[in-house]
Amino acid sequence: MPSNKSVSDEPITQFINCRILRHHKLQREDLWVRGGKILDPEKLFFDEEGFADYRIDCENRIIAPGFIDVQINGGYGIDFSQASDDYSLGIAMVAKKLLQHGVTSFCPTIVTSPPAIYQQVPMHYSHIHTWFIVMSWASVLRIFPFSFSPPLSFVLPQIRVQNGGPDGAGILGVHLEGPFISKEKKGAHPPQFIRSFNIGAIADLLEIYGQLDNVTMVTLAPELPNSGPVIQELARRGIIVSLGHSVANLSQAEAAVLQGSTFITHLFNAMLPFHHRDPGIVGLLTSEKVPAQNRIFYGMIADGIHTHPAALRIAHRAHPKGLVLVTDAVPAMGLPAGCHSLGQQEIHIDGLHAYVAGTTTLSGSIATMDMCVRHFRDASGCSEEAALEAASLHPAELLNLTHCKGTLDYGSDADFVVLDESFTVRETYIAGQQVWKK
Amino acid sequence: MKLVILDDYEQASEWAAKYIRNKIIKFLPSEDKYFTLGLPTGSTPLGCYRKLIEYHQAGDLSFKYVKTFNMDEYVGLPSGHPESYHSYMWNNFFKFVDIQPQNAHILNGNASDLQAECDSFEKKIADAGGIDLFVGGIGPDGHIAFNEPGSSLVSRTRVKTLAKDTIVANARFFGNDLSKVPTMTLTVGVGTVMDAREVMILITGAHKAFALYKAIEEGVNHMWTVSAFQQHPHTVFVCDEDATLELRVKTVKYFKGLMHVHNQLVDPLHSMKDHKD
Repeated sequence: MPSNKSVSDEPITQFINCRILRHHKLQREDLWVRGGKILDPEKLFFDEEGFADYRIDCENRIIAPGFIDVQINGGYGIDFSQASDDYSLGIAMVAKKLLQHGVTSFCPTIVTSPPAIYQQVPMHYSHIHTWFIVMSWASVLRIFPFSFSPPLSFVLPQIRVQNGGPDGAGILGVHLEGPFISKEKKGAHPPQFIRSFNIGAIADLLEIYGQLDNVTMVTLAPELPNSGPVIQELARRGIIVSLGHSVANLSQAEAAVLQGSTFITHLFNAMLPFHHRDPGIVGLLTSEKVPAQNRIFYGMIADGIHTHPAALRIAHRAHPKGLVLVTDAVPAMGLPAGCHSLGQQEIHIDGLHAYVAGTTTLSGSIATMDMCVRHFRDASGCSEEAALEAASLHPAELLNLTHCKGTLDYGSDADFVVLDESFTVRETYIAGQQVWKK
Repeated sequence: MKLVILDDYEQASEWAAKYIRNKIIKFLPSEDKYFTLGLPTGSTPLGCYRKLIEYHQAGDLSFKYVKTFNMDEYVGLPSGHPESYHSYMWNNFFKFVDIQPQNAHILNGNASDLQAECDSFEKKIADAGGIDLFVGGIGPDGHIAFNEPGSSLVSRTRVKTLAKDTIVANARFFGNDLSKVPTMTLTVGVGTVMDAREVMILITGAHKAFALYKAIEEGVNHMWTVSAFQQHPHTVFVCDEDATLELRVKTVKYFKGLMHVHNQLVDPLHSMKDHKD
């Protein structure tokens, strides 16, 4: 073939013999990728007179946009809410493991924690001096390698937004679930660190969190006094405000939506149950007070345990376009049965169930995102497209990232997953590069 | 002319596709000798394109050494617009076959100098050595390409303003909003198509029957521009039963009686596989 006359030198890959999710339908189309983005083959043909450099036969499989998990507390023994010396390595390890579940982007979630977890607490000079002496002797005596940085007791500043790649799924930003939640609906969150707003301004948040760089979402209980201005300020800064771990009634929830909330944290769990005279937060799914142009999204843990399939179906049928699949995975996800830690508490694993040790309170799930997609499809009887979009398009819409994530539209980031008919993940791609293969 | 009459749309499409296939393969196209094909758009040729794609996917037909020239394109539609003829050709044909992108020629309706674009298209055809086989359709008003009634029978590629009937008929592709339908097109002329060494016209459906009658049973007339091909030495009209409804019984019986001769053009059916070195 004569040389490719296209305007870019980067190689072009054409995925053939596949069904791709585009414009809400699984269609028999080839997927073209160049420079880490989805390429428009018609433009390539007519404007650049270009052609593919590589053709990959997908053996009749399905290609869907990469899954996006906006609520995940850890996994494989790593707890995103607990400080450790190798915290960054821990996050990186989980990010890499997530690739096999088809997750290409995620929001590490930090549950209700003491301020020391969120922010770098400055060490007193004398402590630094002592530490320095100890470390010097330790290295001379060859007990520890010498390290200039003191052990890190904080977590939040160590998480940065970053692109995914062969080393792991991309980090879109942190989801701060708490501590501004309701004590009555704490779930597995430690009650001693739950707080309410003092003056109802961003200062309350900065006092606890330290800073909000790299924060994508905050879950809070809107019935807490002075929550209104906080919600408005967070929304103004482009941070998603999610309602959860709350005993708000529907009016309070609607007010929060009008102030800028757009998400509900794990619908049904950690909120008042639906009641026909006061539907509570659940009523937002069909509330007339939600302006038509604002869509309320809701997280759903579709592991078969946190939500009864009938409840899942009711929510899905009431508001199908708002359903966002989340794993709410705990550190024990990926590990065998037994006891593990989450935040400041102990968790007990039994099969697919994870409980706060010694109680019957669920403490997050250990289902993986691809399991959730399969379970959602089976339990709700929804279309294949709807199940895939609940894990890709809808979270991207929630996060206002649809220009680059959550779809296979031309120009989007080439983050996608190859699935077989049973929706088992076979291969995962980030920026057009294969980053995992079964 | 040859008037080839098949029972229905599917069979007419298949016959036409087989004819094109045999023509290309017997030509033995190569890097030094390209086969030049003129192509139409619209609903009529879709079945024919589907069969050609089938032949390609089965390994029997390659378009690697084929150059194509489309008949027309709307003026002013942004590139990538789903109703443009560029999109039609990509989605219905080019994306499934191995034609080289630089050999697929379609008029550019967004050129800054439209007549220069038309002249350049004529030159490209001449540089390619002329067209071996021009495939076309017929409008209900008997037009070939966008040569509306009244077009010169010796016309060349140029800008044409669409007739009101055509704009109304096209509205269904533009959300039934007449203001969104293009009013001008670039089109090859009747003369341009007459220059081809061979012409094949596809006509199917009862709504085309009157036009077919005017084109072949009445005289050469610029009001029914397809009638110009009565003066071309090698024209094949491929149609289904419904398209013959306005013809004289005598005409239909005569040409149906010749089918055993016409079928020798598609049987035996050649394949690229026979000519692999």
